[in-house]
Amino acid sequence: MGRSDQYPSVLQTVPGPGDFRGPRMVPGILPLEVRRVSLDMGSRRLLDDLNFTVKSGSFTIILGPNGAGKSLTLRLCHGLLRPTVGEVLWRGIAAREVPKHQTMVFQRPMMLRRSVTANIEYGLRLQGMGRRQRRERIAEVLKLAGLEALAGRAARSLSIGEQQRVAIARAWALRPQVLFLDEPAANLDPSATRAIEGVLRAVHNSGTKIVMSTHDLPQAKRLADEILFLHRGRLLEQSSADTFFDNPVTTEAQAFVEGELLW
Amino acid sequence: MSDVESALLSAVRLVFTLDRDLAEIIGLSMRVSLSAVAVAALIGVPLGGALALLRFPGRKTVIVLLNAFMGLPPVVVGLAVYLMLSRLGPMGVFGLLYSPAAMIIAQSVLVTPIVAALSRQVFVDFWSEYEDQLRSLGAGRGRAILTLAWDARSSLVPPVLAGFGRATAEVGAVMIVGGNIDHVTRVMTTTIALETSKGNLAMAMGLGIVLVLLSLAVNASVFIASEAAAKSGR
Ligand SMILES: Nc1ncnc2c1ncn2[C@@H]1O[C@H](COP(=O)(O)OP(=O)(O)O)[C@@H](O)[C@H]1O
Ligand SMILES: [Mg+2]
Repeated sequence: MGRSDQYPSVLQTVPGPGDFRGPRMVPGILPLEVRRVSLDMGSRRLLDDLNFTVKSGSFTIILGPNGAGKSLTLRLCHGLLRPTVGEVLWRGIAAREVPKHQTMVFQRPMMLRRSVTANIEYGLRLQGMGRRQRRERIAEVLKLAGLEALAGRAARSLSIGEQQRVAIARAWALRPQVLFLDEPAANLDPSATRAIEGVLRAVHNSGTKIVMSTHDLPQAKRLADEILFLHRGRLLEQSSADTFFDNPVTTEAQAFVEGELLW
Repeated sequence: MSDVESALLSAVRLVFTLDRDLAEIIGLSMRVSLSAVAVAALIGVPLGGALALLRFPGRKTVIVLLNAFMGLPPVVVGLAVYLMLSRLGPMGVFGLLYSPAAMIIAQSVLVTPIVAALSRQVFVDFWSEYEDQLRSLGAGRGRAILTLAWDARSSLVPPVLAGFGRATAEVGAVMIVGGNIDHVTRVMTTTIALETSKGNLAMAMGLGIVLVLLSLAVNASVFIASEAAAKSGR
């Protein structure tokens, strides 16, 4: 977990470890290995020879300036994009289209034109979950995401910050082992950001592996155990948060940590 | 008072006293066109969804054909359906020619391409917004079409209403396959054509008034539905 844990209001509602894990019978899908992955679109190489492994336990942040390739990397890991070169392996097995037990929250939350509850229920229905269990699960995640008061509202009438929490609740309701999040707090004000980060801590504490992108250095410092530093489609560093922030190796990472503008 | 003016007066009287013959004709028109639009929606909306979301051989050809068929001349559709339903045609055994059923078939053929082509565009727009999230949640394409149809329901109203407008306004197809038989297959447009040629302007104009009001109502509904769709799209 990150360095500071000053979010008591949400943390109080955090269940003990195990409460929100996937069913015990499901074998772990981690580690996730990204091996020599490159991605071309047209004649442009957007991601260049990425190599990294994601293991369970830590809060992993993909950090980098705008246009670094964070979103593309997440979409590759999640399974929405195929690499041009290289492979994405889950526990040594090549990924099919959007493998199970892992979900993603996109930068712009996509709300179905339904109530908050129906949005969360949608994903559960797709998994074929029975009605009673759905009810229980929905109640759980509404509480965890602090959305109880908004349960019946039309999802699209909510603020972006609230919609983002619905998106996280919807993804988390599936009890994924891994949750990818693409800049979930971009363009949010401090209090909405704080609310999102609180929910993310709760998700992390429940045992779900988080892999999240951000370009926001202070946010990375608050949350990360581990940093993947991307710059212009290349992975320049993978290290623990302490090492990265105290002793960045590459000049690009040094400049980024010192707050210089990078692109 | 000129002939036309007195005819207009009696036309208005016919409309507002709900003349029996007039009401019967309007009733049949509605029955035929509403049934045709229901068929067209049941086929056209899923077809539009499939063309937007599925990839299969011949898909582009179907799209081009549908767009071309949107402007099919009603008389040509009428002729084609006539040939199908006539005694020597492939569906001749059913003896449907010159019945409301034949008219429903003809108008369905005429209107389905309109509903399908217009709703395909709605599905394309919604899919570009929903694709990542639905694939991420593990929805297959069939499921995704259902989801989009539900979420886009207010945006799918205008395509269906456009089909209804076209069905109520056409003459050629129902004239050919229905035969404009009194009390059996006589609808608003065919009656207007017939009564005008007979010089019975009052009946023709009365029906004309109703048709224009109907067209206004359809367009107002399209407008209201689009507004509602835009609102739900926030
Ligand atoms: N579909 C695409 N076609 C072409 N270029 C793209 C596409 N998607 C992203 N890019 C480019 O790839 C680079 C990385 O994009 P992205 O992963 O979205 O960056 P980040 O999320 O780090 O801001 C950017 O330069 C972007 O313009
Ligand atoms: Mg991005």
